[in-house]
Amino acid sequence: MTVQANAGRPDSAAPPAPPAIELRGISKAFGPVQANKDISIRVARGSIHGIIGENGAGKSTLMSILYGFYRADSGEILIGGQPTAIPDSQAAIRAGIGMVFQHFKLVQNFTVLENVILGAEGGAMLRGAMTRARQSLLDLARDYELDVNPDAVVEDLSVGHQQRVEILKALYRQADILILDEPTGVLTPPEADQLFRILRGLKDQGKTVILITHKLREIMEITDTVSVMRRGEMVATVKTAETGPEQLAELMVGRKVLLRVEKRPATPGRPVLEVENLTLRDGQGVERLRGISLSIRAGEILGIAGVAGNGQSELLEVLGGYARASGSVRLNGQPLDLSGREDAATRRAQGIGHVPEDRQARGLIMDFSAWENAAFGYHNAPEFQKSNILMDNDAIRADTVSKMERYDVRPPIPTLAAKNFSGGNQQKIVVAREMDRNPDLLLIGQPTRGVDIGAIEFIHKQIVALRDAGKAVLLVSVELDEIMSLSDRIAVMFDGRIMGERDPATTDERDLGLLMAGVVQ
Amino acid sequence: MDFATLIQILDSTVRLATPLLFACLAGLFSERAGVFDIGLEGKMLAAAFLSGAVAAVTGNVWLGMFAGIGASLLMAAIHGLASITFRGNQLISGVAINFLAAGLTVLLGQNWFGLGGRTPALTSGGRFEPIILPFAEAMAPVPVLGPIYSELISGHSFPVYLAWAMVPATAWLLYRTRFGLRLRAVGENPAAVDTAGVSVTAIRYAAVAICGVLCGLAGAYLATGLAAGFGKDMTAGRGFIALAALIFAKWRPWYALGACLLFGFLEAVGNRFPNIDLGLIVLPAQFMQALPYILTVVILAGFVGKAIPPRAGGEPYVKER
Repeated sequence: MTVQANAGRPDSAAPPAPPAIELRGISKAFGPVQANKDISIRVARGSIHGIIGENGAGKSTLMSILYGFYRADSGEILIGGQPTAIPDSQAAIRAGIGMVFQHFKLVQNFTVLENVILGAEGGAMLRGAMTRARQSLLDLARDYELDVNPDAVVEDLSVGHQQRVEILKALYRQADILILDEPTGVLTPPEADQLFRILRGLKDQGKTVILITHKLREIMEITDTVSVMRRGEMVATVKTAETGPEQLAELMVGRKVLLRVEKRPATPGRPVLEVENLTLRDGQGVERLRGISLSIRAGEILGIAGVAGNGQSELLEVLGGYARASGSVRLNGQPLDLSGREDAATRRAQGIGHVPEDRQARGLIMDFSAWENAAFGYHNAPEFQKSNILMDNDAIRADTVSKMERYDVRPPIPTLAAKNFSGGNQQKIVVAREMDRNPDLLLIGQPTRGVDIGAIEFIHKQIVALRDAGKAVLLVSVELDEIMSLSDRIAVMFDGRIMGERDPATTDERDLGLLMAGVVQ
Repeated sequence: MDFATLIQILDSTVRLATPLLFACLAGLFSERAGVFDIGLEGKMLAAAFLSGAVAAVTGNVWLGMFAGIGASLLMAAIHGLASITFRGNQLISGVAINFLAAGLTVLLGQNWFGLGGRTPALTSGGRFEPIILPFAEAMAPVPVLGPIYSELISGHSFPVYLAWAMVPATAWLLYRTRFGLRLRAVGENPAAVDTAGVSVTAIRYAAVAICGVLCGLAGAYLATGLAAGFGKDMTAGRGFIALAALIFAKWRPWYALGACLLFGFLEAVGNRFPNIDLGLIVLPAQFMQALPYILTVVILAGFVGKAIPPRAGGEPYVKER
């Protein structure tokens, strides 16, 4: 057993409690990519420790090493002062580590109880295990404010409740150290507040919480200590009380970053998009849009806030020409055909650019090269044709090179497959394609999902520039910060309806959060 | 149609449903664990051949049965290796097994016995004998109940009773035990099982092995129970019918029993009444023989309600990060 040296402390003094987790010199490479470089970190027992960094900074790799998904190439893990090998998840669970993944690892058609006991049944027969688990679930629910019906089927639960099931799973396995990976990405602000209350409760009971996030606000709100990662390295560990969002952002990116979007007041002109009473039923006959009415004027950004799945996607699909609906939509005064006869190509020809919410599924073909992706949807444009049959690929490539330069796509290699770009640069390819044609109306969904801070800043500037050029922008985002800082007007969607409109200057997160939860004021 | 004929048809239904039921439950284990298996047919065929061959040579039906299970397990191991360990395409692996079995059985059969791919006809010791249940003789004269007990329930061979017993056994294993919980979870969301510290690979291999054993029983019964020896392509698509029954049964054990009985019934009716005179037209024998296959096509085309397969079915499990 290695005894930790208490540097500089006299023997008579009680040794300090060993940290809950200590990592020493952890390194991990995937081929030529060094995901983690010589990482050392100490997480104090009974604290909430934030780990922050951009996408690809190595946070997830580090946590996967801690949870036994990967083995570090070198380095040492100490749990409660004891060197511990974690070759697999079973070992991590035994060491008292519980993990709440960003994408929940739940069996959708199992009950809460079945999900909780899975892998920790404590016997070959289920009956006894179920009875025991039911009781400890009730105890945990009481101790930590984690109310959830043990017999509910997981797929019927809200996202917030599903997350509680994940936390319960970890606590049922007697986790002392709880790792949460981007836990608030899918939550409404009230749900996030509730999660934070739960985390504080866990901390008060002596549990250690590690919170991985890219949201500076959350780090500031709930953590005691924060570690910043950049390009695989741990660049700083500071007390949260002694730092601020600007300093953390700078540490993350490695240069000064503007967190607020700088923009002039809007000067709205004529109405560009007028939507009245838009209604959409899905394949099962469920109403996804229930009489949406809204309008956007030239030189204006309308932000649509809401928890994912409340009709925002359907709204974008209808306007973008992917889905049929009833009601009326006018673009520059001209009615659009919503019966399905007009498709996405028609919409583009009519002057609507569309940056889809899911860029990997709808914005790009991941196996195709950047130059092909940069032309999709506009590939029939006359300047890309060599003759009636042949396309002018050289012209498309030249055009892509120019787009890559103007939209700062890195690396600027048109022949590279889309999947080989980072999330931010993939998004820049899509944004370049859709904005470069100067659309009268830009539909943009989740513009910065999975995009790092540096690229977020750039994309936000582009959106504001388009607005200042007198274009209309419909922005859909689940990130309230983004909606608040970009929008000239905010509409909140809940259950297929617009719950209300707000002026960003006079509203706040609480107000919007209530609307997002469907509370009518 | 008189009562005696009905009993005869039902009796024949039970026997004809037996290989389907084994194969259907075999598919249920495999697919509930997320490994699609269109190689049921090939596994049954290989088992039928080897059980027929071993039973013919040794004159012992039990040795034949175990040899059949062994052949089927070997095929299952190939499928497991291809689709679990090497994360290959499960459909292609299944197709390969079907081809392998179709070719290999005839080749080896001709080589060993020189009978054009058949195995020698089995005599009494090489076949499963009927088991007469207690009081069957005494009950026989009782009206209605007598024939039902003595002819329909009594007098089947060991694999028939085993197949019926497998239904509650499967339901119990699936819904009452830890293994069943993990097996179902692995077919729905293997990542949940993996992060709970349980090996996805081990559970999937176990499921595929159970599938192999049950297919082996199905094949052994075909060659040494239903028939008296192996004949070329004797499974005659039963593996695919079992797959259709599995979908029809929505991957549930008791429903599987019902679905297999329906297919067995159609086959029995086709055997008993080659031509059905409807007055205006006479349904030809070919049509009656084709009935189970027609129903298979109808079910596979999705005309019979919506069946939701296990969500992770057909996808090899790869750790996300």
